[in-house]
Amino acid sequence: MSIDRADIEKLGELARIHISDENAQESAKSINEVLALVDQLQAVDTTNIEPLANPLGARQRLRLDEVSESNRRDAFQAIAPATEEGLYLVPKVIE
Amino acid sequence: MTWETVIGLEVHTQLATKTKIFSGASTAFGAEANTQACAIDLAMPGTLPVLNAEAVRMAVMFGVAIDAEIGLISAFERKNYFYPDLPKGYQTTQLEKPIVLEGKVDIQLDDGRTKTVRIHHAHLEEDAGKSLHEDFHGMSGIDLNRAGTPLIEIVSEPDMNSPEEAVAFAKKLHALVVSIGICDGEMAQGSMRFDVNVSVNKKGEGLGTRTETKNLNSFRFMERAIVQEVERQIDLLEDGGEVVQETRLYDGDTHTARSMRSKEEANDYRYFPCPDLLPVEIDQAYVDAVRASLPELPEARRTRFVDEYGLSDYDAGVLCDEPATASYFEAVAGQCGDAKLAANWVMGELAARLNSEEQLIQYCPVSAEQLAALISRIIDKTISNKMAREVFAAMWDGEGDPDSIIEARGLKQVSDSGAIEGMVDEVIANSAKQVENYCQADASKRPKMLGYFVGQIMKASKGQANPQQVNEVLLQKLNALL
Repeated sequence: MSIDRADIEKLGELARIHISDENAQESAKSINEVLALVDQLQAVDTTNIEPLANPLGARQRLRLDEVSESNRRDAFQAIAPATEEGLYLVPKVIE
Repeated sequence: MTWETVIGLEVHTQLATKTKIFSGASTAFGAEANTQACAIDLAMPGTLPVLNAEAVRMAVMFGVAIDAEIGLISAFERKNYFYPDLPKGYQTTQLEKPIVLEGKVDIQLDDGRTKTVRIHHAHLEEDAGKSLHEDFHGMSGIDLNRAGTPLIEIVSEPDMNSPEEAVAFAKKLHALVVSIGICDGEMAQGSMRFDVNVSVNKKGEGLGTRTETKNLNSFRFMERAIVQEVERQIDLLEDGGEVVQETRLYDGDTHTARSMRSKEEANDYRYFPCPDLLPVEIDQAYVDAVRASLPELPEARRTRFVDEYGLSDYDAGVLCDEPATASYFEAVAGQCGDAKLAANWVMGELAARLNSEEQLIQYCPVSAEQLAALISRIIDKTISNKMAREVFAAMWDGEGDPDSIIEARGLKQVSDSGAIEGMVDEVIANSAKQVENYCQADASKRPKMLGYFVGQIMKASKGQANPQQVNEVLLQKLNALL
């Protein structure tokens, strides 16, 4: 599998990243190299092999449903670009 | 032309946990903006999610309640999209391996039919924050308190064929999740939100193209949205047009829906397994223990109401629609000892008042104990039904317990037989003409003529004579004159 310019532009749009013409060339090349590696991996016959989430076969640990976080809004908002009335402000969302 | 409607629902149900699905921040409703959004909820670099055991238990609880197979190994994936109320840039959700697999929910329809709606699956996921679009100098405000609130998204098969069936299903799910204690059911606070998939097709032909209308947070909105969408699609098709597969957004203020995005520009969510979370493994013993802890389900409660309290199927159904109403009724019936009367009051006077005040029974100003005490005063004949309605209104306005209101307003019903006989005698003595007419009338016409006398006696007693006793004494005395 390989991707072309159009795919790169589509990915840029989905990721909300502007990709310049020269970067698009370079990105397509790098991503295609990764995809070649994926192709190689996919060629391995994995019939009857259960997918593994990690090499140790570990399972998710669960936590108790107890409040452990306090209100640290002031600290978080001190590093936010814009806030008002306790809200984080962002460029207007147009749907 | 006969059109058939096909409806499927996706129901986002907020789980009633104390904390978020992946963080220890509180989920309490109504807190000041962003005071319950911690570093994990804000997607600060270096944070890692840890799954809430209670969210898992509640999801499994839902699964066993709908007789579903439980995914003993379930896994989380990332659904990638950009929106400011989703700081991570992806929603952590389940796709390939949800925790609840196929199940079913039976719904009762108005014509008495029962229909089974199949559940495709239900999965655990996190809620997003809220965007406030009021103008903040050309910017939007973001409150992330809701971000990370645990949800189960319940996905039905397209088994419903009318708005009524869809509403019946939604109400049934609501009653179910509330009665098993996994959701507070507060629709106005967004605890349950519906997305509806609707398509129409000509009878005998294959399924039509479907549209999805998102984020309906009341049964009424949902019904209206479906009715409108079915009409819109049929109009389009009958005019020779085509339905476009698209997502539509319903506006509860204008009661209209508009296209949000069509299939061509559909988001590509690029799902992939979440590397921050390992697969969740539970065993059969865990599932069995959850099943054993399941409280009585609405269906069983309804049957019990018929058997135990002698209620009609219909009354039992109405009472069990809302678990809070069913519990209120049981408390009243248990205390006053007359289930029929309790049911009449809960479904009649109380329901009417709650309705007109748009109040939930959970916040009813008249407690079950107070209503039971009031009904007890009807049973022991202290007051009439009519007086009881006056006392009820006073209790609603916070005037206190029924006994003190009855006392304060001098509402005691006169049941003293001597006093009643006196009043009856007086009215008969003052109504010579009417008595004569009564005696000469055909026996079949007499019962209707009693109204005049009863009216006079009630007037004389200022409405406080026990009507039943008045009737008995009056009949006896009039018949003695025949």
